[in-house]
Amino acid sequence: MAEQKEEAWDIEITARDTLFDLKLKDVWHYRDLLVLLVRRDFVSFYKQTILGPLWFIIQPLFTTIIYTFVFGNLASIPTDGLPQPLFYIAGITSWNYFADCLTKTSTVFTTNSALFGKVYFPRLIVPLSIVVSNLIRFGIQMLLFLLMMAIYWFKGANFHPNAWLGLFPLLLLLMALLGLGLGMIFSAMTTKYRDLSFLLLFGIQLMMYLTTVIYPLSVVETKYPSYKWLVEYNPMTSIIEAFRYGFLGQGTFTMLSLGITSVITLMTLLIGIIIFNRVERTFIDTV
Amino acid sequence: MPSVIKVENLSKAYHLGEIGTGTISRDLERFWAKVRGKDDPFLKIGETNDRSKKGKSDVVWSLKDLDFDIAQGDAVGIIGRNGAGKSTLLKILSRITSPTSGSVKIKGRIASLLEVGTGFHPELTGRENIYLNGAILGMRKAEIKRKFDEIVDFSGVERYIDTPVKRYSSGMYVRLAFAVAAHLESEIMIVDEVLAVGDAEFQKKCLGKMADVSKVGNRTVLFVSHNMGAINQLCNNAIYLHNGSVAAYGDKSAVIENYLTNNTSNYNRELSVAFDEQESDEDTCLNSFEIYPHFADVNDFLTHKDIEVAYDVRIIKPAPGLRIGFEIMHHATEQCVFRSFHDDSYETASTLEQGNLRLSGIIPANLLNKGEYIVYPIVGLHNEKWLCFHRYSILINLVNIGGVNKLYAENRPGIMAPSIDWNILYETN
Repeated sequence: MAEQKEEAWDIEITARDTLFDLKLKDVWHYRDLLVLLVRRDFVSFYKQTILGPLWFIIQPLFTTIIYTFVFGNLASIPTDGLPQPLFYIAGITSWNYFADCLTKTSTVFTTNSALFGKVYFPRLIVPLSIVVSNLIRFGIQMLLFLLMMAIYWFKGANFHPNAWLGLFPLLLLLMALLGLGLGMIFSAMTTKYRDLSFLLLFGIQLMMYLTTVIYPLSVVETKYPSYKWLVEYNPMTSIIEAFRYGFLGQGTFTMLSLGITSVITLMTLLIGIIIFNRVERTFIDTV
Repeated sequence: MPSVIKVENLSKAYHLGEIGTGTISRDLERFWAKVRGKDDPFLKIGETNDRSKKGKSDVVWSLKDLDFDIAQGDAVGIIGRNGAGKSTLLKILSRITSPTSGSVKIKGRIASLLEVGTGFHPELTGRENIYLNGAILGMRKAEIKRKFDEIVDFSGVERYIDTPVKRYSSGMYVRLAFAVAAHLESEIMIVDEVLAVGDAEFQKKCLGKMADVSKVGNRTVLFVSHNMGAINQLCNNAIYLHNGSVAAYGDKSAVIENYLTNNTSNYNRELSVAFDEQESDEDTCLNSFEIYPHFADVNDFLTHKDIEVAYDVRIIKPAPGLRIGFEIMHHATEQCVFRSFHDDSYETASTLEQGNLRLSGIIPANLLNKGEYIVYPIVGLHNEKWLCFHRYSILINLVNIGGVNKLYAENRPGIMAPSIDWNILYETN
C-alpha cells in the first residue's frame, strides 16, 4: 500500500474558537448574495405601496418640520446662525443613517434565525447588506437635503459650503462602520439576553439628544461646559459637526476629535466582528 | 474511494429548559470556573441522549463521540428515532452550529438542504427568488444565470416566473424551491426530509434527481429520513444513530434491518387501536387491536419478516357466530388483498369461551409486496351484525431489503410478492 499522505481538507469544523479568523475570504465569495439581499430589501420595501421610495423622503421631511417648530421656535435653541430647517435636516439625515444601521444590525440574529437555522453562509453578509441597503435610503435623503440647500441658496440664506466637503466620504464610512460595529455587538448579545434590545431602543433615542442633532456643539461649549464631555465624547458628535461644517459652513470639530472618533469606530468594528463571528457559531442553540 | 467526510470524536451538548433569566448567573458561574481553571460545571454530567427518560441535569449530549468516514460517491442514509441526534448531526455538518468537541473534516463544496425554499421572499417574483435562493445556497450569480432555464424547466412553473411567489400555490412554491436546490453544483449534498412535501409525482421526481446526483454525478449524498423505503432506494450505506451514538454503520440493508428489529418499543400509538364502547355489546367487549413488532416513531415493516396482529378481548357471554379478524387493503390501488378470521381453519363451528383472551395471527413473511398497506380490524356476528367494520385503520409500510426479488434492483409489480417454492429437476439424458 502506498504511504499515507497528509490529506488536504477544504473545510474543518471544530469546537475551537478561531478568534481572529474574520472569514473575509468567505464573505468575498458570497458577494453576489450581498447584492441580491440589498435588492430584496429595496424591492420589498416599496412593493404594494403607492408612494414607493418617496416614503424615504417623507419621514425626514416631517421630522424637520416638527423639529423646527418645537426646538427652533418653542424652545428657541440656537442653530449657529444657520436656517433652522437646513440645520435640522443635516443632523437628521446623518443621524438616521447611523441609527438605522445600528438598530437593524442589532436584530440580525433574532430576525433571521429561521434562515440562519437552515443554511450556512457567512453571517457577516447580512449586516453588510443592511449597511448598504440603508445607504440607498441615505442617498435619497441626501437628495432632499441638497434640494433644500438649493432652495435656501436661491433665497439668499447665509451658509457656505466649503472644501471640508471632501471629508464627506470618510464621514459616511465612519457612520456606517460605527453603526455596524455597535449593531453587531448588540446583535450578538441579544441572542441570549433579549433585554438588550429594549435597552437599545430607548438608548438610541437618548443618545440622539447627546448628539448634536437638534443643537450645535458651540452652544454646549459656551453655555453648559459641565455637560460638554457627555456630548463631546460621543463619537457621532464630531461626525455630524464635521458634516454640517462641510455642507453649511458652521460646526465645531477638530482633526483630533475626528481622529479619536475614527479610532473608536475601528475598535468597535473589530470587537463587533469578533463577537459576531463567535456567536455565529452556536447562536442557533440559544436564540 | 477516498473519504470526503471524516468525523472524529464529535460531540454536542445542549442545555435543556428555559434560556432566560437563569442564564446570566449561570454564565457567570461558568466564567468563574473557567477563570479558576476548573471544568465547566454544566458539562460535567455525561448523560446519554434518551428523551424518554428524565435526566438529572439540564445538559444533555445530543451527540457523543461520533467517529465515521464517508467515502466519495457514497449515498448514506441517516436513520434513527426522533431525537437520536440526526438533525444535530446535519446542523453541524452544514455549519449551522458548532460541535462542543471533536471535529469534522470535509473535502469539497457542501450544500445542505435542511428545508426547501430557505430565504424565499414572498414579495419577489419567481425569477428574483431563484437568484436570491441560489445565492443563499452558495451559488455565484453567473452560475445561476447559466442554469436558469434548466431550473425553470425542472420546476415546471415557467408561466408564473414573473409573478410574486406569494401568489403561488404551495405546490408550485415547493417545486421552484427544490428546482433551485437540485441544481447546486456541490460535491457533497446533505438532505433532510424535504421530500416529505409536494405531491407523489413530484416526490418521485425529487427522488429520481437525488439518485442521479449520487449515481451519475459521483457526488456524495447524506440523506436523513424516516422513510425506510426512500433510504433503501436511494442509499447504498446507512448510519443508525441511537441516543447520540452510532449504533450501526454499513450496508443499508443490514442497518435498516438492525434498526427495525432493535428499535421495538412498548407502545406506538400509530400501530394500535383502543376500541371504545361502540365496538362492544352485552356479550363481547373489544379492548384493543395491535400490530407487532411495535417500532417507536415508524410504521415500517420488513417484507421478509412475519407481522403479527393481535386482539385483546373480553368474552362476557359466549356468542355463537362471533368472528374476529382483519382485512388488508393495498393503499395505492385500494384493492382488498385479503380478509382473515380467527375461525378460518376450524373444522367445526365453535364459540370463544368466557374470559379475557388474546387472539393473534401472523401475516406470513414473503407474502405482501413492498409498499403501503392499510390494516382494518373487523369483528362481527355471522349473518347478524358488525361490531367493528372499517371504522379503524392502521397504515403500515413494507420495505423490501431481504425478501422476494432481493437479488435485483427493480421493483416487482403486483400487490403481493409471495415466495413460491420452485422445483427444479434436471432430467438425466
